[in-house]
Amino acid sequence: MKTVALPRRLPAGLNRMPRNYLPVLVTGALFIAMFTAGGIRYEGFATGQIILNVFIDNAFLLVVAVGMTFVILTGGIDLSVGSVVALTTMIAASLLPSTPSFLVILLVLAIGGVLGAAMGAIIHYFEIQPFIVTLAGMFLARGLCYTIGTDSIPISDPTFTAIAQTRIDLAPELWISPTVLIALAVVLVATYTLHYTRLGRNVYAVGGNEQSALLMGLPVARTKIAVYTISGLCSALGGLLLSFYMLSGYGLHAVGMELDAIAAVVIGGTLLTGGSGYLLGTVLGVLVLGLIQTVISFEGTLSSWWTKIVIGLLLLVFILLQRLIVTTGVSRER
Amino acid sequence: MAEAILRMTGIGKEFPGVKALDGVDFRLLPGEVHALMGENGAGKSTLIKVLTGVYSIDSGEIELAGGRVAFAGPLEAQKAGISTVYQEVNLCRNLSVAENVFIGREPRKFGRIRWREMRRRTAELLRQLDLPIDVSKPLSHYSLAIQQMVAIARAIDIDARVLILDEPTSSLDAGEVAQLFRVMRRLKEQGIAILFVSHFLDQIYEIADRMTILRNGRLVGEYVTAELPQVELVGKMIGRELAELERLDERPPARTSDTLVEATELGGKVAPFSLTIREGEVVGLAGLLGSGRTEIARLLFGADHAGTGTLRIGGDQVNLRTPRAAMARGVAFCSENRREEGLVPELTVRENLILALQARRGWSRPVPRKKQDELVAKYIKALNIRPDNPEMLIRNLSGGNQQKVLLARWLILEPRLLILDEPTRGIDVGAKAEIQKLVVELSDGGMAVLFISAELDEVLRLSHKVAVLRDRRLVAELPNDDTLTTDVLMETIASGGAR
Repeated sequence: MKTVALPRRLPAGLNRMPRNYLPVLVTGALFIAMFTAGGIRYEGFATGQIILNVFIDNAFLLVVAVGMTFVILTGGIDLSVGSVVALTTMIAASLLPSTPSFLVILLVLAIGGVLGAAMGAIIHYFEIQPFIVTLAGMFLARGLCYTIGTDSIPISDPTFTAIAQTRIDLAPELWISPTVLIALAVVLVATYTLHYTRLGRNVYAVGGNEQSALLMGLPVARTKIAVYTISGLCSALGGLLLSFYMLSGYGLHAVGMELDAIAAVVIGGTLLTGGSGYLLGTVLGVLVLGLIQTVISFEGTLSSWWTKIVIGLLLLVFILLQRLIVTTGVSRER
Repeated sequence: MAEAILRMTGIGKEFPGVKALDGVDFRLLPGEVHALMGENGAGKSTLIKVLTGVYSIDSGEIELAGGRVAFAGPLEAQKAGISTVYQEVNLCRNLSVAENVFIGREPRKFGRIRWREMRRRTAELLRQLDLPIDVSKPLSHYSLAIQQMVAIARAIDIDARVLILDEPTSSLDAGEVAQLFRVMRRLKEQGIAILFVSHFLDQIYEIADRMTILRNGRLVGEYVTAELPQVELVGKMIGRELAELERLDERPPARTSDTLVEATELGGKVAPFSLTIREGEVVGLAGLLGSGRTEIARLLFGADHAGTGTLRIGGDQVNLRTPRAAMARGVAFCSENRREEGLVPELTVRENLILALQARRGWSRPVPRKKQDELVAKYIKALNIRPDNPEMLIRNLSGGNQQKVLLARWLILEPRLLILDEPTRGIDVGAKAEIQKLVVELSDGGMAVLFISAELDEVLRLSHKVAVLRDRRLVAELPNDDTLTTDVLMETIASGGAR
């Protein structure tokens, strides 16, 4: 007869560390390993600026991935993010010559939020799979881009170009762009929201077991709509960061970015089934993806498609790792 | 007698074609444990769902603490002070224990959740329930029993005056049940009214002060537990004589028929074992949860692969790679998880019944509708499936009747070996007796049965011989003669067969 009050034992070694942190740690270790290996192999690789460049080149992806993390934590998925990013650049580029930049910024953020909220409401109230609803949203937003224009529209607005060209020096030889600050601010606010507000905890609860969350009296509808709204907002903000980076609006911007964002979240250790994961993991996931690109550009002779191959392999490894963790977890619960 | 905290009068609830509740009265006193008794389909679940606001009522009224109430949903009932803890714990297992107690009402300061305060209050709360556990660990870290108690702690802390425990003990072991009962007694002292549902009569008699008995959606009566002998209780629940149950108490004589199944050093997820099953023989598998009972069944059904040893069925050596291969050899397996592995809830009784037969024929040769209707009518009658409407969706049937449909599905195939994994778990006394009777009839007709059950007296009542398992190892094979009692079985399980 087992003693009831005694918690089941964890496998040795994992005892001191919650199982949930493991994927994040693996991703962190992977990042360090890649950075070290790059430093040994290539000259001029192991500098702080390389890491900062990864941030600079992927600030928009980071913001989008933060939104995606919220959605995936509830067990959902948002395929519309790439298209919303493109739509944002398109609307911004087409309106900027005639409209004040702050109005444009508010407008695109509002559009992103409303699109997300609408998808969330449809997903919840009509009980349709998020995959389908956001797929529809993806086509809609991408299609809207082409109703604005089929060509790339350059942005010459002074505010936008100023942000694009500003360099913030951190130390000699080390600098970041304002977009990195924005992205990091988003990460901080999102982390706080996830861990210290009811909304954040409800996100985890809904992802853990939606039925239970409902029976415990949690506002499931509000939470689900909120995460898609947040994802829409983050996509719009990501779109703004991309227009700072590209200084153009184009219907073919950010094609397939939703998949990069999902990959970053998964590599960061968040379970696709929801309820488990950390934003720190997502940040590391984006960094790993960015670093792969850097390594491949340093290699020089490799085609950029190798990025996709490596990302594909990494994804596979991480999904397998998660499966392993989940299965051992389940068997222990018996 | 104290004033009732909850009073339900003349409750009526109708579903299409079924009168689930018909003028039922029910009252609950503060500081009592009150058992709600009845067969499956008697209206227990409906009454509880009415009480928790899941269903609305067609007639009658509910009074809570003197005021009339009508709940539009589970949340309203919870807010009014009626909390329910189900068999499947409705908490989020990915969150910490503390969060599960406090989520949705976390202590906050300027909108920021105060984790430390939350953990402190949870620990205190659980200490009052004699549960000194680490509240920062995820809930999935703990056993089902502890998860249930965390659910109770949450309910109590939300200021529950009425606590409904719906089959809380069906997956707990004896020690865990004892702990739950300690908690229940403590809550009782605090004046909380507890409505308790369980199929285990011993538990009812241990913990319940009074009971209300329902049958076919009607009230049979309200009784003080100590004044109602068990036999009378069962009689009131099933409304008929117990002769059927008692007839089964005779020991079945040992079988000398031909050997049907012969496993030699067969192993896989269990240690290699040898076991023979004769035609018309009922072999019981006894052992604790997780002792390897189901694994043996899955091996014989080809659902798991044998790593070692040989298996002969009907004299031929076979290598069962898939359940399909086993079915072709005349093996049928009635799984213990009837919801997850057995039934297709969105199909009708008829469609569920025909499923295995159709699968064996192959999809290109549909079973003619006329034959379907014949078979279905025959088995609905033979197994007394209620309601006897073959076009009813199976999810609308009670647990016992779902189990019968599942059984009938395999019986249609006329298997040579029928494996029953916990066929009577979670179903009421009446249906249980019917299923036990059926097993006897089937074995008299020459069918071999491998009977798995956690209830030892049931195993003893039905089996010709009993194989005892412990820690995934077959430790003893005992003929069911006069010397074999539940005590002997328990001893064998406890000692691992070393006697």
